[in-house]
Amino acid sequence: MPAVQETIDQVRLIDVDQYKYGFETEVEMEKAPKGLSEDVIRFISGKKGEPEWMLQWRLDAYKRWLTMKEPNWARVSYDKIDYNDIYYYAAPKKNPAPKSLDEVDPEILKTYEKLGIPLREQEILAGVEPTNRVAVDAVFDSVSVATTFKAELAKAGVIFMPISEAIREYPDLVRQYLGSVVPVTDNFFATLNSAVFTDGSFVYIPPGVRCPMELSTYFRINEKNTGQFERTLIIADKGSYVSYLEGCTAPKRDENQLHAAVVELIALDDAEIKYSTVQNWYPGDAEGRGGIYNFVTKRGDCRGRNSVITWTQVETGSAITWKYPSCILRGDNSRGEFYSIAVSNGKQQVDSGTKMIHLGKNTTSRIISKGIAAGKSENTYRGLVSAHRKATGARNFTNCDSLLIGNQCGAHTVPYIESKNASAVFEHEATTSKISEDQMFYCQQRGLSEEEATALIVNGFVKDVLQQLPMEFAVEAQKLISISLEGSVG
Amino acid sequence: MLEIKNLVVQIEDKRILNGLNLTVNKGEVAAIMGPNGSGKSTLSYVIAGKEDYEILDGEILLDGQNLLEMEPDQRASAGVFLAFQYPLEIPGVASMTFLKAALNAQRKARGEEELTTPDFIKRVNAAAQQLEIPKDMLKRALNVGFSGGEKKRMEILQMALLQPSFCILDETDSGLDIDALRIVSEGVNALRSPDRAFLVITHYQRLLNHIVPDTVHVMHAGRIVKSGGKELALELEANGYADYRETEAA
Amino acid sequence: MADVTLMKTPAETALAQAFESAKTTLPGTGESRAQAFEQFNSRGLPHRRVEEFKYTDLRTLLREVAPFAGAPSADQARSALEGAKALKGVEALQVPFVNGHFVRDAVDFHGLPENVEIVPMAEALANGHDWLAHLSPVPWANDNPVYQLNTSFMADGVMIRIAGPVATPLHLRFVTAASSAVATATRVLVVVEEDASVTLLETHESTDGANHQPNDVVELIAGDRTNVQHVRVNAEGDKALALSTLAAKIGGDAIFNSINVVAGAATSRHQVFAVLNGENTNLRVNGATMLKGSQHGDSTLVVEHGAPHCESRELFKTVIDNEATGVFQGKIIVPHHAQKTDGRMMSAALLLEEGGSMNNKPELEIFADDVQCAHGATCGQLDEDLLFYLMARGLPKKDAESLLVQAFLGEALEFVENETAREALVETVESWLKARA
Ligand SMILES: Nc1ncnc2c1ncn2[C@@H]1O[C@H](COP(=O)(O)OP(=O)(O)OP(=O)(O)O)[C@@H](O)[C@H]1O
Ligand SMILES: [Mg+2]
Repeated sequence: MPAVQETIDQVRLIDVDQYKYGFETEVEMEKAPKGLSEDVIRFISGKKGEPEWMLQWRLDAYKRWLTMKEPNWARVSYDKIDYNDIYYYAAPKKNPAPKSLDEVDPEILKTYEKLGIPLREQEILAGVEPTNRVAVDAVFDSVSVATTFKAELAKAGVIFMPISEAIREYPDLVRQYLGSVVPVTDNFFATLNSAVFTDGSFVYIPPGVRCPMELSTYFRINEKNTGQFERTLIIADKGSYVSYLEGCTAPKRDENQLHAAVVELIALDDAEIKYSTVQNWYPGDAEGRGGIYNFVTKRGDCRGRNSVITWTQVETGSAITWKYPSCILRGDNSRGEFYSIAVSNGKQQVDSGTKMIHLGKNTTSRIISKGIAAGKSENTYRGLVSAHRKATGARNFTNCDSLLIGNQCGAHTVPYIESKNASAVFEHEATTSKISEDQMFYCQQRGLSEEEATALIVNGFVKDVLQQLPMEFAVEAQKLISISLEGSVG
Repeated sequence: MLEIKNLVVQIEDKRILNGLNLTVNKGEVAAIMGPNGSGKSTLSYVIAGKEDYEILDGEILLDGQNLLEMEPDQRASAGVFLAFQYPLEIPGVASMTFLKAALNAQRKARGEEELTTPDFIKRVNAAAQQLEIPKDMLKRALNVGFSGGEKKRMEILQMALLQPSFCILDETDSGLDIDALRIVSEGVNALRSPDRAFLVITHYQRLLNHIVPDTVHVMHAGRIVKSGGKELALELEANGYADYRETEAA
Repeated sequence: MADVTLMKTPAETALAQAFESAKTTLPGTGESRAQAFEQFNSRGLPHRRVEEFKYTDLRTLLREVAPFAGAPSADQARSALEGAKALKGVEALQVPFVNGHFVRDAVDFHGLPENVEIVPMAEALANGHDWLAHLSPVPWANDNPVYQLNTSFMADGVMIRIAGPVATPLHLRFVTAASSAVATATRVLVVVEEDASVTLLETHESTDGANHQPNDVVELIAGDRTNVQHVRVNAEGDKALALSTLAAKIGGDAIFNSINVVAGAATSRHQVFAVLNGENTNLRVNGATMLKGSQHGDSTLVVEHGAPHCESRELFKTVIDNEATGVFQGKIIVPHHAQKTDGRMMSAALLLEEGGSMNNKPELEIFADDVQCAHGATCGQLDEDLLFYLMARGLPKKDAESLLVQAFLGEALEFVENETAREALVETVESWLKARA
């Protein structure tokens, strides 16, 4: 089919010039000395004004990390990371802990403006329906530079602040939950993060409270040679509800930058957390130069009865994605959901999926994963569904579909399905295919161009997942997918 | 309007069209009848520009433009519409979304303004009402889970909306119940105009009772073997294709 | 951690010693043996951190290595074969092995059916027979530790050449008959030449009560336009640890249809490595596994679509009673050039009682864009609505269950072309269910 050939040719030519967020911001930064050592960790902890227990926690993690090996089971390959060639802390020199927006470096404010992230509450309020308001925590390299709507949220009893602040202001809460879902020793990258995490968001929703607005964190890596190691901790107390969004971008650079985050979610009885991510880190250029290495540990603990955790992710960025947002279904009747779209192009490598660990009775989970591979990329779904002896009545439904665009990419499916309970019912289905030529012809017969037809069909392919995203995010995600497949998609 | 000269087409080394000649004039409704496998759908696909077919000889002109050099979407924008014998399902894409995308793509290709959403909805609703298509069907993914007859009606809805100048209906009557046949025929008749031509592929006279053709062509073994007026269809209904088969054998 | 060298287990040490003492007496020059053993030994017995053995940890399962069995006396062989029951009713040319040694007295070499040639493996190894060059048709199987162990210790077996259509099925009958535990390593090579066709029956039996350790490899090279029907039955004794491998390389326009029915052994692992080497080939690999008590049954499968336009279907059914554990690992690989591949793999498991486990790992590894590939996996109980329906019609619960289990396994058995063999398999299922009731 010559038309498809054309698409493939175009996809091949894709240049990441399509990456709109590749600009750099000129701000003077203060950095920790390059490399990793106890001193650097003390430096970070000191900068954050942390209590002694926190420093100790970090140092323990660091000691542990030194004995660990980088995991190699994922289907990704990359040059060895030199962990001593990275800055673990970089913060704007001018007032790293601004009290209000007026104190924030205007260059940084401009950055967020350019990224389309509203930081001024007044501006957000003007012209926007109050129900659509989103509170934003903006993390710039290693520090949070602004958090909006804090006061209003506080009125509802919701705590939403940079985690570094929470460690100082709510040490008991943080201490109780930090590391309780992703233990310090969980894996190489999580342990590294535990030692050096710099900032991230902390959310606590008190019992019975429905968070009055969407919360979001916007991560930006700006500085060269820096890693970003953020840590997010969200606790939904009994009967509460929160929807949280995460977005990320980085400048275009020839070098690879490391992003190793940890996100922990805790849902107590009858609580619900929706966590949505639109991951758009710089993917590297067509030759595979540069781009973010994204090694992320995200895990939710449905600790209470009837609790619900939903992960929704749209992954279009990063040179390497290594990410398995998971749910531990501990509480009886709890539910875990995972909806994912992973688009890879150029030389991107994606190894992503989820784990649904059924421990409690009548726990249910649902996995919908859509992988789209184009260019010379590799796109792997890796997932685990397991039912333990006591997980009577557990249910899982998994559907993972892959679409290949072009003949130089790979799509792989590696599910692990383990049941130790006879009453558990697991269903898994997976398909790999390409866009059907007949569908293409049908669309073209109605006048759609090759690109338009591809876009339409791809959108149909990912629709089940897009529907899970909050409205504004869904539109953005749809655009992102189109841009990522630019050349094959109009 | 449409002129096909000595068209020779094969697929996977199998000759399907064998020097086919056919002319359809502006305003004309031409019917094609012929036994199963004689190449009717192939002809419609080749006119619309489906890949897979090897055109060994001949040409297809639409108002003097050489269709064979155009991509399927360009042909669509030039006015060719094919109501498929087997309409495709497109999961996840709402019929509405699809209709709008198609309509605006064609308008854009012709250098016309895109329609605003309210305008578009007005048009769709009008067409849907005429074809008695319930609105909630338009919200569902295109053709997914539609019954055979619903799919056919959706094809005619698209035709009504896109206002093409050359319409090919490939067995649009199959799968339609008696009422639907009437509704669809009325939809087609409403589109008949001096500027528009139709190529109606069918096996049955009953459709031609509703959509009365100006000319009837008999296709056999990849060729038009006989042409005539609407009475030819009645003759076929009575005698079948036996005569043509014998001709072939001789 | 994976890279840390672990201390050798007693079993690993025993294997090394066994190899040292056996290598001079085993037939053949020993080069490939030594190489295979060295490869095996460098990594040792595979354990759960080795991805392919994640669910069947041989380091834990194989504690004590049984001595390798010597050749049986004529009397021993005769009485062992008299006691063998698997697929007995199916008319076939018998090619028997007792304790890993080919029983040549049982074969009338002069009266072989047309198009069949048989060469004893021990002899072939000793004389450096030409056909030995055909061994290991699937190169990447060489990397598998179970296969390496077979190559290291193989004492006997046969090489069979099928030169044209063969009407009578060939029955490879493996029997281990010894009151105390023995290990065996048998190797069979079947070369099916272009346009030839054959039905291969393969049955494995051993005495109950002894921890026998058979490790059998059957290799198949099927040329273009061949049709090979393969029925394998694992009816090993209740204490056996049975390892087996089928390595197949199939040419173009060919048909290969294989089923493995498992009811025996304490622990079993059957590995299938298949490469489709020519276009328009049709592959079917099925499995029907019945496990009870504390049995552990592993079906591992890798199918590589090495050529475009091939179709593969894999259907594995596992029924798990009591505290048994089932494993299915299946992988379909479609390289860049294998366009128009149509691959479908399904694993379905039924857990009949509390306490059982099933581990499913169906994988797709796809590099070609114009393909249709799918896999599915289900795991659960018998459909309660159906059970209720049957019971409402008056069937006792166990009978209703049996009926449903039969239907469930039946789906995998229905592709067996040889009618008598299929009926015998259905009977196997029935008697398994009867023993349960
Ligand atoms: N992709 C293909 N590969 C091989 N043969 C094909 C292909 N498509 C069509 N054919 C063959 O071409 C011939 C003509 O098919 P076509 O669908 O055009 O017939 P038709 O006249 O529309 O028949 P019907 O009345 O049954 O709709 C048939 O013999 C058909 O089998
Ligand atoms: Mg037709």
